[in-house]
Amino acid sequence: MKKVTCSVKKKKIGFPKFNSSRNQWTLGTVIILFFLLVYFVLVIYPLIWMILSSLKTEREFFRNIWGFPAEFQWENYSKAWSMGISDYFLNSVFVTACTIATTISIAVLAAFGLVLYDFKGKNLILLLGMGGMMFSAQVALIPLYRVIQNLRIHDTYWAMILPYTAFRMSISLLLIRSYFLSIPREMYESGVIDGCSSLGILYHIYLPMSKPILLTVSILIAYYSWNEFLFSIIFIDSRALKTIPSGLMVFRDALNTDYALLFAGLTISALPMVLLFILMQKQFIRGLSSGAVKG
Amino acid sequence: MQRTTRLQGKKRQKTPWSAYLYVFPMVVLMGVFIYYPIFVNFYYTLYNFSAFSLSHTFVGLGNIRLLLSDPVIATALRNNIFYCLISIGFQVLLALGLAFILEEPLYRRFSTVFRTTYFIPVLISMTIVAMLFMQILSPRGLLNSFLSLFGGKVRTGWLGRSSSAIFCAIFMSQWHSMGYTTMLFIVDIQKIPTELLEAAEIDGANRIQRFLKIVVPLVREMFFVVMVTTVSGAFLVFNDVYVLTRGGPGNSSTTLAVYMYDMAFTQDRMGYASTIAILMFVICVILALTQRRLLRTGKG
Repeated sequence: MKKVTCSVKKKKIGFPKFNSSRNQWTLGTVIILFFLLVYFVLVIYPLIWMILSSLKTEREFFRNIWGFPAEFQWENYSKAWSMGISDYFLNSVFVTACTIATTISIAVLAAFGLVLYDFKGKNLILLLGMGGMMFSAQVALIPLYRVIQNLRIHDTYWAMILPYTAFRMSISLLLIRSYFLSIPREMYESGVIDGCSSLGILYHIYLPMSKPILLTVSILIAYYSWNEFLFSIIFIDSRALKTIPSGLMVFRDALNTDYALLFAGLTISALPMVLLFILMQKQFIRGLSSGAVKG
Repeated sequence: MQRTTRLQGKKRQKTPWSAYLYVFPMVVLMGVFIYYPIFVNFYYTLYNFSAFSLSHTFVGLGNIRLLLSDPVIATALRNNIFYCLISIGFQVLLALGLAFILEEPLYRRFSTVFRTTYFIPVLISMTIVAMLFMQILSPRGLLNSFLSLFGGKVRTGWLGRSSSAIFCAIFMSQWHSMGYTTMLFIVDIQKIPTELLEAAEIDGANRIQRFLKIVVPLVREMFFVVMVTTVSGAFLVFNDVYVLTRGGPGNSSTTLAVYMYDMAFTQDRMGYASTIAILMFVICVILALTQRRLLRTGKG
């Protein structure tokens, strides 16, 4: 009995036609769905084609541009890997890891100083720190080239790590600082009462509390330094130091027309970021969308 | 945020020295790698010099005069403007519409798949994308063999013709980046309370009205952020064009950044390259200021 009355009540209270127009398929909505599908194919097909082509033989690639490979040529991948991709890959990993480490350490220190202390010139320093976002690498390129030469770090890993760190500093500082501002000041004071030094407070209290934002910032930095191209072609000459984006240029020039091998190299190079995205989709989206708050 | 900083400031102890130590590394790094180069760039335009010698020749405003009469600069600017306009169309306007559609309850059951797929190109480095597109657009490439399905043998060298090369780069760039701006809009649209859209619907607003009257005004700030990044990105574009066409054939698909790179690192005319950098800098500052003003008047 009880159940029946309940359902009767619900029917009376609910909005019977509530979602109808939003949930109805009409000619217009089907056409839109069609365009969504077209865009879907336009995005996914070139990528599938890249992977399929990477598994063909060189002849097959020219003879049969659409089809499946007769036999999957997995050795294309090991060939590409040993033809230089492995070096570029490891360089990219190394440079990315170092850039994350230096950027986060410097940005955390600066954010901590700016949040917890009052001092002369604080606003100026804050402005300088945030202002870096307005300038892009292209605009400072030629003097920067000179700076790199004069510091004698041209053609070393530092020639990538340091500029990357500088150009990612503003956005990292912005995000970390606003996170630090949300941490109650009592945390700091309790640390002082316990006799902790300020560096100790940063390390034992602030850093553990900021893990989510540090992860977000790390993803943002990784995305940038993994894909950065301009600095790495200009500041690096030796093949042995090149990262994936610039190394692929050398790789391509060495291959002539063996496109299957080229595609294997491209696929290997594209994989890490795609995997990272699949594994950490939420953090990734959060990172990239908070990185866009530029204006 | 500023107010809380000020309040907290009053309770602060007076230990400024350690504060300077904390910000010191950042100041040095950004000073050396960002601010010093930006300022010195202005000085560089007054000289002619090469990368590996110390001799400078003072030319005054000669480089600027050269810049204004250089036909390649005109081509580059034209290409940058095409880049900008088409990118606004796809990465700002179309992406906003797309984001709205993907957030509609009607499409919700597909939207995760679509959203994730549209985002994949964003994750792939431009070098990889450009090398892939070189094969797609080559005379015996994927595009031509697709077009050949409709009859005849199509063997157009899309990248080899000066009329089409820049558009190849532009459309590749849309393919690469539209998922990114769409994602930004989706994140912003998700912040809109659903009650608002439902209430509008009860009041009889159709889909287009809901989009124009509710979604657009509420994502306005993100709209301007995306606009600023897209427009300044279009005037700074380098990777896409450099890898795909190197500015060729001839200089037909060059952009300001590619031309600057050419001048600096293949022709070793560093002073002139700095002048091109200044031109890009000025364009970006003007655009940023105009857009900020537009945003402000729009708010009022």
